Amino acid sequence: MLEVRDISKSFGGLKAVDSASLDVASGEIVGLIGPNGAGKTTLFATIAGFHRPDAGTVSFEGKAITGLAPHRICAAGMVRTFQITQPFAGISVRENIMVGAYLHTADRRLAAREAEAVAGLVGMKDQLEQRGADLTVAGRKRLELARALATGPRLLLLDEVMAGLNPTEIVEIVGVIRNIRAAGVTILLIEHVMQAVTSLAERVYVLNQGRMIAEGTPAAIADNEAVIEAYLGHGAAKVLRA
Amino acid sequence: MSRVALLCVVGLAAALAWPLLVPNYLVTVGMLVFFTAFIGQSWNIAGGFAGQTSFGHVVFFGTGAYTSTILQVTWGWNPWIAWIAAMAAGGAVGWMIAVLSFRAGLRGSYFALITLAFAEVFRILANSVPFTKGGLGMLIKADPSPANFQFKDPIWIYYLALLLCIVSLLIAWQLTRSRFGARLVAIRENEDAARALGIDVFAEKVKVLTLSGAMCAAGGTFYAQKYLYIDPGIAFGVDKSVEMLLVSMVGGAGTIFGPLIGSFTLMGINEVTRWLASVVPALKNVQPLSLIVYGIMLILIVARLPDGLMSLFRRRPRHA
Repeated sequence: MLEVRDISKSFGGLKAVDSASLDVASGEIVGLIGPNGAGKTTLFATIAGFHRPDAGTVSFEGKAITGLAPHRICAAGMVRTFQITQPFAGISVRENIMVGAYLHTADRRLAAREAEAVAGLVGMKDQLEQRGADLTVAGRKRLELARALATGPRLLLLDEVMAGLNPTEIVEIVGVIRNIRAAGVTILLIEHVMQAVTSLAERVYVLNQGRMIAEGTPAAIADNEAVIEAYLGHGAAKVLRA
Repeated sequence: MSRVALLCVVGLAAALAWPLLVPNYLVTVGMLVFFTAFIGQSWNIAGGFAGQTSFGHVVFFGTGAYTSTILQVTWGWNPWIAWIAAMAAGGAVGWMIAVLSFRAGLRGSYFALITLAFAEVFRILANSVPFTKGGLGMLIKADPSPANFQFKDPIWIYYLALLLCIVSLLIAWQLTRSRFGARLVAIRENEDAARALGIDVFAEKVKVLTLSGAMCAAGGTFYAQKYLYIDPGIAFGVDKSVEMLLVSMVGGAGTIFGPLIGSFTLMGINEVTRWLASVVPALKNVQPLSLIVYGIMLILIVARLPDGLMSLFRRRPRHA
């Protein structure tokens, strides 16, 4: 469904993403992990059209989308959320979600109805009249998810939707993400919360210093020497095994 | 909602009856209230709803005033038809400024400054090119007749201003309930999020500035037809830009009735201070008193009511 080939992106002298590739098949939940500053968010932003890659290609459902504007990529069926939540602060949750729903309909009533349905899916039914600015961190994360869902994507790119949530909230949002996949949406997620990644993702990619260093099932990744060293430092794998 | 509808009906009835009940002078004051609300609304659509704050909206106003006046005086067009051309010209200038500045990625205060620069460039051009008659300004020959867009009785120009104001309110109302309006608000609130959700931010911003420019230009022609004289300072002066911005901010930027309430308030202050200056000898030399009161009021509103006077009427959204 999504094919990312040899994407590179530099900012000044810093190579944020260095020839990274990944694939997502239809119906999967794929995780993208890596230490802080590994380039995960940059890779995401590049896939979603927010940065133009220096090299490499992205194709979605067989069509090349490299360097397309974000709104065109969204219209093609792939939408991203933001790690640092970006609510429309001055308007209600309902209006926030309606902005997403308006991608496919110009009809206000239809968009409002769709917004309510999506709010139900992510558990925001009781917060529809609240302003974006008045939401808690967990509420904002859900709103990110809801707005993106309302655009009717086939592939959802989730950037750390669990960061900053407490364990109960994480359990809830893991359930929400499962429901979303069950509704037929493929998911690629960046996550720091390992427990969530291992319980959600079928496959995991590990990015370190801009490079893809490993790929596999969560169990295999947790056992991968290069991955352990990336997180804990050089030689850590040996120490752990001793 | 029905309370708002009731207020609208009462307000409309009062506005319709006003010129029949008061002396001519107050009819003109009423006309200015609605006219300023109209051009204020043109600013509000771009600056309030879409968040594209402009300091140079007068560029559209002057474009409209000069387009219709030149077509009328130099080319002998009927002013009503020239009015349509003026709106088209205002829209074209709005489109041009939007394409140039948004292609270059200008946002926020940079965009505001570039609009100010455009207005100044237009003022200087109007001062120096021959077809505007330069600094001498242009005089429209007085020939009062409705076919000429000139009215003997101020009551008609009053009703025309009222009509313009109503049309602008309807446009703003439509924005609050349409996809286009929702997208503008999304762009105002967070441009990146808007892009991620499939909104062509550039195209929407160009659209709104074109619409706003056309509306404001309509106000320019109206003004020229009312006073039958324009010069570069009147047509492209900074004070008109400030007036449009001020009535919207005071009333409530991004709200339907903000510009009207702001215009009503500012014109009210204007009249009261003028009256005060005429009866209180100590104030006679404090001129113009209205500007001092405006200034104080603006400070108070920015500090205490950043959403404008409208926020006094609106019930706060429920908090959880």
